Amino acid sequence: MRKLLFIVSALLVFSTASYGQFADYLKKSEVHGSFEVDGMYYHADEAMGITDSIIDGRNFGFNGFASVTYSLGKFSAGMRYEAYLPPIAGFDPKLEGSGFPNLWASYNSEKLSFTVGNFYEQFGNGLIMRTYEEWTLGYDNSINGARVVITPVKGLILKGVYGTQRYFWSKYEKNNRGIVKGADIELNFNDAFQSMESSKLRLSLGASAVSKYQVDEDPIYKLPRNVASFAGRMNMGLGRVNFSTEYAYKINDPSAMNEYIYKPGQALIASISYSTRGFGAFAMFKRIDNMSYKSDRTVTSNALDISYLPAITEAHTYMLAAMYPYATQLNGEIGYQLQINYKVPKKSKLGGKYGMGISVNYSQVNDIVRTAPSDTTEIGVPGTLGYESDFFKFSDHVFYRDLNIEIDKKFSKKFKGTFTYIYQDFDIATIQGHTGEPMITSHIGIADITYKFTSKKALRAEIQGLFTDQDKGDWAAILLEYTISPHWFFSVADQYNYGNPIQSDQLHFYTGSFGYTHKTSRISVTYGRQREGVVCVGGVCRNVPASSGFYVTLSSSF
Amino acid sequence: MMLKKMIAVLSLMLFAVVVLAQGEVEAKKLPSVNIKTLDGQTFNTQNISNDGKPIILSFWALWCKPCKKEMDAYNENYEDWQDETGVKIYAVSIDDARSTAKVLPFVNGKAWDMEVLLDPNGDFKRAMNVNMIPHTFLIDGNGQIVYQHTSYYEGLEDEIFELVEKIAAGEDISKH
Repeated sequence: MRKLLFIVSALLVFSTASYGQFADYLKKSEVHGSFEVDGMYYHADEAMGITDSIIDGRNFGFNGFASVTYSLGKFSAGMRYEAYLPPIAGFDPKLEGSGFPNLWASYNSEKLSFTVGNFYEQFGNGLIMRTYEEWTLGYDNSINGARVVITPVKGLILKGVYGTQRYFWSKYEKNNRGIVKGADIELNFNDAFQSMESSKLRLSLGASAVSKYQVDEDPIYKLPRNVASFAGRMNMGLGRVNFSTEYAYKINDPSAMNEYIYKPGQALIASISYSTRGFGAFAMFKRIDNMSYKSDRTVTSNALDISYLPAITEAHTYMLAAMYPYATQLNGEIGYQLQINYKVPKKSKLGGKYGMGISVNYSQVNDIVRTAPSDTTEIGVPGTLGYESDFFKFSDHVFYRDLNIEIDKKFSKKFKGTFTYIYQDFDIATIQGHTGEPMITSHIGIADITYKFTSKKALRAEIQGLFTDQDKGDWAAILLEYTISPHWFFSVADQYNYGNPIQSDQLHFYTGSFGYTHKTSRISVTYGRQREGVVCVGGVCRNVPASSGFYVTLSSSF
Repeated sequence: MMLKKMIAVLSLMLFAVVVLAQGEVEAKKLPSVNIKTLDGQTFNTQNISNDGKPIILSFWALWCKPCKKEMDAYNENYEDWQDETGVKIYAVSIDDARSTAKVLPFVNGKAWDMEVLLDPNGDFKRAMNVNMIPHTFLIDGNGQIVYQHTSYYEGLEDEIFELVEKIAAGEDISKH
């Protein structure tokens, strides 16, 4: 069959174009792609509570993808293959399987772009529409349908999208989930109006509308089949100041996420920054009220999201600092973030020969204030309006608080370091659903030091401590990493939970790894223990269970 | 099922043919994707240019420590590099809506002098087949991508600059 196909298509191609033309097309054609495979081998580790019967013969996890894009002038097409056989621990078990979840073709010209198949789109900040893919989380909510982007005049962009979202491997069938449609308009004043071309004021405005249709099969409630949402945004820059804001409104959308209340949803984000060479200040405000927006109202897991509402707290990446990551509370939160970046100039007293960087960030997120919708109805009763809420009021209930101070300094040509202090309050009962557990208050200190032996060889050491009286108690961690540019790295690390109140849980989580990179190809091998935790990227988090074994990852692009 | 197989086989064939054909022309051009400038204006990636001189194009994010180290290393050398080769550096942040608004004050606070762009939904990243960051591309005077590299280790900047010097001198580094 394959042979036959090959011959038929080869004949077709050659008969429709003279060889010269064909060769010409080929010259103009481009093929690019990338792939990655992540493999995990698990073994039992009794100290961690992982026994052979838990592994149950499934010693392997395998996640892999390959994507290829073909382009010829204004035309391009692509496909993406994925396999999870079975998915690595911590990924949604519904991912198990393999196939082509992503196929698309598109035409792109200056004024018009048209895509059919699977695509990713974001309106504004994504408050009512963002489809994206995040390999490290196994997350993909791409739309399968059609998209058109029109630029009728310079500076004006119109977008329309229509389709259904990806839900793991489940194909869209009538009424098995909703249909999403949306439109967006954006006007960049400085491009659109000649008089503003060199204006100091940089201004852009945008507006979007999104609607999802889902059949109402609920036996109890009469649910809206079409749920519309609207958003408006502005971005304004004037000299050193930049201001950006977006507000979104969603009509009533009773769902499993909000326990079937009929209250409309709202979201507001606003940020302002002032910056000049060597100094940057930033403030942001965010309020979310009942804004979960999915193309299936019965789904509560990380899937089928239409809206994107990321946390506004600092995204920590150091091992211990990432222990308690905040995740947006879609049903309601109000918070703010402040940040200052300052570079102490070179050759000053404090800055020394190379200067010194200082960064301070503070963020806090509270619950919104809820009051009963009427004298006779309690808060949050399914089938009612649920509650009323004063827009700008902060509740006394703190979800998360984070102060971090970071100093980076180069001491000499060979020696530099980054030093971090973090204070954190983390309401584990709300954020991770550990009902009844107290707020975790922790102090974290990190020294990250690099010493360069030669122009290509360097040793980096991280020394970290996390101190808390709650949850699992105190931790200490160390990491050593030796790199030989541009190809090699070798590292060993250990996280030690010496303060765990349960003595038998005072474990070492050690790993050893090495990797080789050549241009865009990279392979790395890790052996050791992975502690239970949460990995978050953007607005989505996934739980990573404790595991022990080998982890191999191989990736490349061309 | 049959259709899927057919599509797969056909695409693989097409792929093989084109890859063979590309033996002659290995280099490739930048795709056309609309991304954003730091003050929120739309920017088409085909406008990435440097008057026939070399370009370093690097993908980074605020949450990526090695990326920020790489940018720091470039920034430290940028003046010298520009004097010697006229090279221009574009740093494309793939921070999403969580932190896009923080990129401008961060970049200024760091006193980085390169051109910084925002790719909040990864459209440019996908078009360039960037899997993990940092991912750095070198582009020659004709707008052709002639070299790319992922990950950053201390000292990579020296290697990158050697290549930039070769590009500026008109050498072909695609076989490097």
